[in-house]
Amino acid sequence: MLALDNVSFEVKQGERFGIIGPDGAGKTSLFRILTTLLLADSGVASVCGNDVVLGFDKIRRISGYMPGKFSLYQDLSVEENLNFFATVFGTTVAENMHLIKDIYVQIEPFKDRPAGKLSGGMKQKLALCCALIHEPKILFLDEPTTGVDPVSRKEFWDMLDRLKSRNITILVSTPYMDEASRCDRIALMQTGKILAIDTLDNIIGSYKNKVFGVETRQMHQLSQFFKTHKAVHSCYPFGDTLHVTPKDALLTSIELESSCKSAGFQDVKVFDIVPNIEDIFMNLMGQNNGI
Amino acid sequence: MSKEAIIKTQNLTKSFGAFTAVDKISFEAMPGEIFGFLGANGAGKTTAMKMLSGLLKPSSGTASVVGFDVFKQSEMIKKNIGYMSQKFSLYDDLTVEENIAFFGGIYGLRGDVLKLAQMELLERLQLMDQSKKLVASLPLGWKQKLSFSVAMIHKPRLVFLDEPTGGVDPITRRQFWEMIYEAAENGVTIFVTTHYMDEAEYCSRVSIMVDGKIAAMDTPRALKEQFGAKNMDEVFYTLARGAKRGE
Repeated sequence: MLALDNVSFEVKQGERFGIIGPDGAGKTSLFRILTTLLLADSGVASVCGNDVVLGFDKIRRISGYMPGKFSLYQDLSVEENLNFFATVFGTTVAENMHLIKDIYVQIEPFKDRPAGKLSGGMKQKLALCCALIHEPKILFLDEPTTGVDPVSRKEFWDMLDRLKSRNITILVSTPYMDEASRCDRIALMQTGKILAIDTLDNIIGSYKNKVFGVETRQMHQLSQFFKTHKAVHSCYPFGDTLHVTPKDALLTSIELESSCKSAGFQDVKVFDIVPNIEDIFMNLMGQNNGI
Repeated sequence: MSKEAIIKTQNLTKSFGAFTAVDKISFEAMPGEIFGFLGANGAGKTTAMKMLSGLLKPSSGTASVVGFDVFKQSEMIKKNIGYMSQKFSLYDDLTVEENIAFFGGIYGLRGDVLKLAQMELLERLQLMDQSKKLVASLPLGWKQKLSFSVAMIHKPRLVFLDEPTGGVDPITRRQFWEMIYEAAENGVTIFVTTHYMDEAEYCSRVSIMVDGKIAAMDTPRALKEQFGAKNMDEVFYTLARGAKRGE
């Protein structure tokens, strides 16, 4: 199995770089290679000027890593975990408290509780504190928001916003496409390949396909109709709206709407929209899979 | 098809000592309805689902699920519902065929009935060629489709889907919802949890739990009107950020 396939990219200092893609895209393999926990078969990579093979010990000292799976000591308390990670890196919690203070105050009331007995959201906060406690130059956050509800997801990104002023470079992966807007630049990944890499605005701005939004109360019936429509390339539901990509970019919203009406769909509104990240990802996926 | 509620709860409650995980929830889900069950982590969704699927005895209140009482007939409930979650679905080290046979057996199918159900399922998913492959080798999207079909192999009238689409790509996520629609059109009640708020819009009705209680319940359209929100994400945010308790 080819987990990562010829991946090339650069991340600037202080940048928040998002790796966005579904399970199986290769996000975790990439993180393991960059954190020197896995050897690549071929190609080269460096982190803060250190080669991932020759300079692995230096990279380990300057990186903070939050793996996708909770990896702190379950039977040590919150405080003990934090002390442990600080000590391993030759520092103290007190020395770097300023870095984690905003986050730590939220878990401080539970500082004597074993990490294994914390809730998911608390574990996530403690893991971030432990990754930050040695003042790393770069943070690797592997799917920190997976399985987390939308409110807590927003809160997590707000915490990252507050780290921005510290000039810590952050590499963060996520399967949630909507989180692209919280990154300076993003790489869209699928099956080991990078499909696109740029700022979100540039990726959307350079997308050539026209996309219509369609509103109706007959979502399911209308989407079945579009699947057989000869002028329609693809149709996908987005919440209460259908997004329709026409085969011919000259097709107008008025033409599409009247074709729906003549097929018996009276309650239909078609309008031009700016495509979002999922529209683009689905299109790129099609190209990657040779469709 | 019966028009009686498939799930009916009245003041259903579960306490663990002084902590009330689920606090007097009352609702009905009808045949063919896609019932979205939303809430922040820790709101009480999992506890409620465990009670409704016969895995956990409620502290008080009443509930019937597919015509059986949750207090007295939990074994009958387990036999007559389907259940799929992303965390536990199929055995990776069994083949596709073996997984179907195993779960079919668990759901009480035997002999020719099981064989026939197995064939039908493989054909419908176009997995005939893959039937001898280990499930571990299937892409996640296929695992989820297989897992959903396996949960429906005994033709239950109700299926519980616990975050069925986590982590998959946007196309597979939408294909999965087409399977949900198809099942609902055939009269199956779908009880689904998700963290994707666009998926909440695909439900016939949605309930949102906050601190153990149902804070809102209606069609997505009515909820958006009620909260003056442009999408379900806003509705959820308005309700859930007021939560007092963490996970």
